[in-house]
Amino acid sequence: MSDDLLNSDLGGVFDGLAGGESSQWAFGTGFEDPLAGVDTTVPDGVDGADLAAYCLMLGDDALIMSQRLSEWCSRAPDLEEDIALANIALDLLGQARLLLSRAAAADPGAVPALPEGSPVPGEDALAFFREAGEFRNVRLAEVANGDFAHVVVRLLLFSVVRLALLERLGASADQVLAAVAAKGVKEVTYHRDWAGRWFLTLAQGTEESRRRLVAALDALWPLQPEMVTAHPLEASLAEAGVGVDPAAVRDEADAVLDQVFAVSGVDRPDRAPLAGVGGRTGRDGMHTEAFGRLLAEMQVVARAHPGGRW
Amino acid sequence: MTDRREWPLYEVFVRGKRGLNHVHVGSLHAPDDVMALRHARDVYTRRNEGVSIWVVRADAITASSPDEKDPLFAPSGDKVYRHPTFYDIPDDVPHM
Repeated sequence: MSDDLLNSDLGGVFDGLAGGESSQWAFGTGFEDPLAGVDTTVPDGVDGADLAAYCLMLGDDALIMSQRLSEWCSRAPDLEEDIALANIALDLLGQARLLLSRAAAADPGAVPALPEGSPVPGEDALAFFREAGEFRNVRLAEVANGDFAHVVVRLLLFSVVRLALLERLGASADQVLAAVAAKGVKEVTYHRDWAGRWFLTLAQGTEESRRRLVAALDALWPLQPEMVTAHPLEASLAEAGVGVDPAAVRDEADAVLDQVFAVSGVDRPDRAPLAGVGGRTGRDGMHTEAFGRLLAEMQVVARAHPGGRW
Repeated sequence: MTDRREWPLYEVFVRGKRGLNHVHVGSLHAPDDVMALRHARDVYTRRNEGVSIWVVRADAITASSPDEKDPLFAPSGDKVYRHPTFYDIPDDVPHM
């Protein structure tokens, strides 16, 4: 997760992909850097620590969701969906990298301290050396996986809100966030489409597929409102024209979900939101029990080799 | 009872950024045509290859049999005069 492959010193094995004469490649070339030419200064009047915390919220959502999706690798019902889920996980990991890098640049003080001389970049230090209470992701991203219907519902609920957020974030006063959003919109549009199609397919499939889909929706629904509830930091950065207020996308997300429910013939669940602890939720670093186990697995190798080069 | 029949096989053709025509890249299983297109995107265009995809059910393709190879193809093997190699092609005519 560290070096940009295209700019690495791996003996130039990827040189052909970065431009120049590329006709020998059977696969595509002309890869793009989403941040090429983007102004990376923190906008005037914006506190670097606030911007970093906001980037962590969006970045941690993507990182933890990516980790859960990656657990599907080799376990999906068939090869084609296995690759589809891995593709989606990699899209989100890419978004997480950019956002965590932005957080590290906007507020170096937010990056966990590592031993002197450690080659670990800021984005990796944030991903692998923070404790559970320092992660800002919504809890929908972290709960344990279930069956295939569960991942379909989880991804639908997640990507409906994320797409609405990223579409608005494209107008952010922070040029890096705007560029990340522009890239992410294309990716998450596909994720939402993938999840929506499978939602419909499972709902209208067999009795068993429908039973599993409704059960997954029932189980995950209490986690949905957290995504469209504003944390004070999100509200204030939205005010400053840098972030997006999640509460502002609630109606749009509801409308999209109602459309999916209607064509699928599924009722909107009637379940109360999962409460926080003393009013604190994922955005405040308050997570579910499953999150600790997820982090342990995600971080164990990096922590065993804090001086490692990847 | 759950229907355990396999999804039908599809053949996938991808047109690359520099390519002029769709090229066969492989096959996959999918429940229907639309999903086959999605699967093809996920399985065969991950390395930034494609700008267009065709999918077609494998059972919709009629293929020549290897047994017929000689009667079908051998007769053209000695007719070099069918190649338009006796023309001078202008330098600015591409893709010939």
